[in-house]
Amino acid sequence: MAEFVSLAEGIEAVVRDGCSVAMEGFTHLIPHAAGHEVIRQGRKRLTLIRMTPDLIYDQMIGMGCAEKLVFSWGGNPGVGSLHRLRDAVENGWPHKLELEEHSHAAMANAYEAGAANLPFAVFRGYKGVDLPKVNPRIKSVTCPYTGEVLATVPAIRPDAAVIHALKADREGNVLLEGIVGVQKEVVLAARRSLVTVEEIVEDFGPRNANAVILPSWVVTAIAKVPGGAYPSYAQGYYKRANDFYIAWDKISRERDTFMAWMKANVLEQGPEVFAHHAGLARQAA
Amino acid sequence: MSHTPISHTPTEMMSIAAARLLTNDDVCFVGIGAPSAACNLARLTHAPKITLIYESGTLSTRPSVLPLSIGDGELCDTALTTVGVPEMFRYWLQGGRITIGFLGGAQIDRFANLNTTVVGDYAAPKVRLPGGGGAPEIASNCGEIFITMAMGSRAFVETLPFITSFGHGKGNGDRARLGLKTMGPTKVITDLCVMEPDAETAELTVTALHPGVTRDQVQAGCGWTLRFAGELVETPAPTAQEIEILRDLHARTKRAHGVAA
Repeated sequence: MAEFVSLAEGIEAVVRDGCSVAMEGFTHLIPHAAGHEVIRQGRKRLTLIRMTPDLIYDQMIGMGCAEKLVFSWGGNPGVGSLHRLRDAVENGWPHKLELEEHSHAAMANAYEAGAANLPFAVFRGYKGVDLPKVNPRIKSVTCPYTGEVLATVPAIRPDAAVIHALKADREGNVLLEGIVGVQKEVVLAARRSLVTVEEIVEDFGPRNANAVILPSWVVTAIAKVPGGAYPSYAQGYYKRANDFYIAWDKISRERDTFMAWMKANVLEQGPEVFAHHAGLARQAA
Repeated sequence: MSHTPISHTPTEMMSIAAARLLTNDDVCFVGIGAPSAACNLARLTHAPKITLIYESGTLSTRPSVLPLSIGDGELCDTALTTVGVPEMFRYWLQGGRITIGFLGGAQIDRFANLNTTVVGDYAAPKVRLPGGGGAPEIASNCGEIFITMAMGSRAFVETLPFITSFGHGKGNGDRARLGLKTMGPTKVITDLCVMEPDAETAELTVTALHPGVTRDQVQAGCGWTLRFAGELVETPAPTAQEIEILRDLHARTKRAHGVAA
């Protein structure tokens, strides 16, 4: 059964040095507050897994948390490059970063295979392209019925999954709606999970029967962090802060402006700053 | 309506020329940036019933402004329904439900293969680009592919350092040899011209020049020696309505995001 914890306790329990961690959220519900806590706790040698390593992984990579990145698209959506990711790959700063690169289809299938307790994912992909030449984990299998050669990738089974959701009820069940990405799959694929939520309610009340519910017994820990997805968004709570995604390009371009921002906004702060962001965003919405 | 030609930018011409290729019957997998502008312009002009799908899982979405990102709330709020990302890639894309994939890229070669991964060596890149995202499977699983890219000799290159998305390989027949049954890139819409693969060789061939553009200008923006079709036509100039709707869309987007998408 999911245990209710503080964010600091949740990260301490779920994300350990040297483990593989997938912090998912497809544009919507990106667990930024949890990422900041990982940085504050000084986690090292992590294998970071994420389809779209955007700002939060740029910050974690720049702060030296990561040894390896498993990903399929690494940019600042609609804005440009992730400068800390590029600095790590192109210049080895703050240290070298090993890459395991896939396509979106491969990672989505690999999470699903992990959730389904299968060893690998099979799909029609990677035809004619160069990624299999640089990623030895991309292989193929011949269909026993038709003879068609299909691409395979190993299932993703992270040590830890970290997501942000809309609500938890008192029992520890978790509710997500809107763009739900791969969050259900990553929690079911992982050994341990932490879900940060906007609010904890007595009961979800009337809801769409097709809403994504993660039952309490598949979740390890839940922490209430209002605004925890900022500058990403939480459907019905606050909007995406597009201006921050644009501002990040300038902040992250140079190492010293990046470090100064991280010190003032992450290292010397706690998760309570996210409630402020959510409040401002809600007023603007 | 006035017959005075309406002044327009090359980028506007690119969006408008791309939008005109789309119809009400199309189901489009839409990328962010130029493809999104073209697909939404088509929806707001001659193809109101076009189906737009973004890889975040939004089916039949009708945003009033261009999204900054593939998963903006606006896309979900205005969608017929929203599905999870594994379902999007498995049932809808791989399931063969999408007629047109719209792609862009950092680099393209003469056979419409695309690179969005690295410039230079993969292990020690000169420039690390974002990577493939949905593109490798969009390029192989959609019925056909339209590509929009602004011309320039660093983008239109003789040899790609990395093939992120497969176009026509090294020529006609390469797709079939890989077992691909889809058409691949059929149009490349640039800010200066439209290119199509030659029926015999699959090499990109300029089939239309945008108004006022010369062959020399197009060649200057391309890193290989371009082929021009015998029946080279001129793209019809933007109409007042097309320009007005496109500019309104960009103005609304700028007000919403503080940036023109």
